[in-house]
Amino acid sequence: MSKGSFSPVVAGAAVGGDVPAPTTAKNVPNRGGDANPTAAALRERFGAAVKRVDVVWGETTVYVDRGQLHDIVLWLHDDPSQRYDYLSDVTGVEFRDLEQPLEVVWHLRSLPYRRFLRVKVQMEKGAALEVPSVWDIYRGADWLERECFDMFGIKFVGHPDLRRLLMWEGYKEGYPLRKDFPARGRFSRSEQLRQALAANPEARYSKEELSIADAFEDLPDDMKRRLGAGEKVGE
Amino acid sequence: MATTKRTVEVELSTTGLDAQGRPRRVPLVIDEAGNNVAVEAPPELEPDLAGEHMLINIGPQHPATHGVLRLVLELDGETVVRCIPHIGYLHCGFEKMGEYRQYNQIIPYTDREDYLNSPGNNVAFALGAERLFGIEITERCKVLRVMASEMSRIISHLVWLGTTSIDIGAFTPFLWAFQQREVIYEMLESWVGARLTTSLTRVGGMAADIPDDFIPKLSAFVNNFPKVLGEIDRIITRNGIWVGRTVGLGVMSPEEAVNYGLSGPMLRASGVAYDVRKDFPYLDYETYDFDVPVGTNGDVYDRFLVRMEEMRQSVRILEQAIKRLPDGPVNIADHRVILPPKSKATSDMESMIHHFKQVMEGPRPPIGEAYVAVESPKGEKGYYMVSDGTSKPVRWRIRPPSFVNLSAIPRMVEGHLLSDVIAINASIDIVMGEIDR
Repeated sequence: MSKGSFSPVVAGAAVGGDVPAPTTAKNVPNRGGDANPTAAALRERFGAAVKRVDVVWGETTVYVDRGQLHDIVLWLHDDPSQRYDYLSDVTGVEFRDLEQPLEVVWHLRSLPYRRFLRVKVQMEKGAALEVPSVWDIYRGADWLERECFDMFGIKFVGHPDLRRLLMWEGYKEGYPLRKDFPARGRFSRSEQLRQALAANPEARYSKEELSIADAFEDLPDDMKRRLGAGEKVGE
Repeated sequence: MATTKRTVEVELSTTGLDAQGRPRRVPLVIDEAGNNVAVEAPPELEPDLAGEHMLINIGPQHPATHGVLRLVLELDGETVVRCIPHIGYLHCGFEKMGEYRQYNQIIPYTDREDYLNSPGNNVAFALGAERLFGIEITERCKVLRVMASEMSRIISHLVWLGTTSIDIGAFTPFLWAFQQREVIYEMLESWVGARLTTSLTRVGGMAADIPDDFIPKLSAFVNNFPKVLGEIDRIITRNGIWVGRTVGLGVMSPEEAVNYGLSGPMLRASGVAYDVRKDFPYLDYETYDFDVPVGTNGDVYDRFLVRMEEMRQSVRILEQAIKRLPDGPVNIADHRVILPPKSKATSDMESMIHHFKQVMEGPRPPIGEAYVAVESPKGEKGYYMVSDGTSKPVRWRIRPPSFVNLSAIPRMVEGHLLSDVIAINASIDIVMGEIDR
């Protein structure tokens, strides 16, 4: 452990000392108000890839083109005038009005400039639910993207390990936070109970995990047979 | 004073057995004089253990996982080579259920996600909903919410301190911490009647104003608590075992910590001075005088120091809040959002209509969305709410700080010993209710 490698990072370091400290926002209007200066910079840099800029309750939302999302986020992260180094959240939004497109939302923060930006991608009707992953830019995106995939079925292309996170691997009822998913689940209670009782409680390790220490070879013969036949956790 | 030195001879091992009680694998040979002579075992008799890795499963039911976390570890000897975390055992679908509830009906769910910080979550949710409704709350309400947030920060850190000290092998701080926590829970009980699941706030105000004896009790706590904290400080901060089990473990550099999205004490221990209360303030936190403690090494020990100092800073904030608590109404005057007094519901036509509309339909925010983040004891807790103009949110999203903090655990434990996994996991301050939701 080398002590010298640590230099304290101070949020707001880039705004300069003459700018007053931030204060609690008061009487924020529903629509309009000052947009985050990043939105104008994005328009200038990426042009038509920035489809719309909204300011709702004082928070700036940038609607961007799906194909350019990764470039835009990378630029936001790397550009010295932006430095959006902190990924707060990745999530999806589906509206009750099914005419409105499903949205994927990234909440970014620039700690040096004390800025907050919401980046959105709208999924066109009928197109595959795929967006680029920002895992290579922010390591924190790992579980956030996995959860979003788990709950909405949105594929994050480029994520190294896109598995279900909160639901188990063999979960077959679909994607819980989608609006067509009933609050009680797709299957009846008796079917859910049947599946829970039929689940093999021993099959709680993935094949990858069983490769550690050749644990697969040490399993009893019947388990080897079942796992070898493709049986997965929870089935 | 005269001291006598006593020496006790201890049989460290039995002949023929090693320190672990296993028979020695050294063949004994008797020479001509009848003495036992040890002869080194030939190398082919030694089992080859060096290349074999072991699969170890910690949890989901294990006291040191603080809930139902499961860690699958690949060990090389005692060193962790790989860590695969599994979560979701406590998944209850709060976000889904929130889409079927009015805003005030969601508040009980916020009690139950991070159940060590219920008042703080209630405040955070109410702030988010008020942003969505476009409500400005009263001054008294703001100060009361600051008190609730800081009290819940103290109880959350005390639980962390107690459980972590048990994980690391100290029992006394646990008892002292839980005694103080009980004092706060009694105050909360006198305030809203509940201890753990407080449901303290409403959109536009609070569930109740504080009782008359609340401020004297809080003042007494604020006076007494730093002494107890000093005692805990004395018993563990320079304790050799504590230091030995925490220093240099799970180090995250500042750049890494930011990139992994860590927040709260985890981030600040790595030397990043980011605190939502300072950098994106809410509830007029910019007018309170408090410091943001920052670590220098980013290890488990620094996280402990940061949390200890945060409790002292919370006490400072509480002192200032007690001094400035203004008189006046707690709830806003707009009865389209907040219920009028119950006594008027049977005598005043308009109050009765408001009661009926709010209970049957619920208040409706305009179309819009809001992401409101607060500094919870675990880190940046965000509530993202999207409204389509109806009385129920289209999407209610919790940004759980300990979820993101826990996602860095493979990075932190790999290369450390198995016993250090417990200390590192404890230092994250996870609450599975919040992670799985």
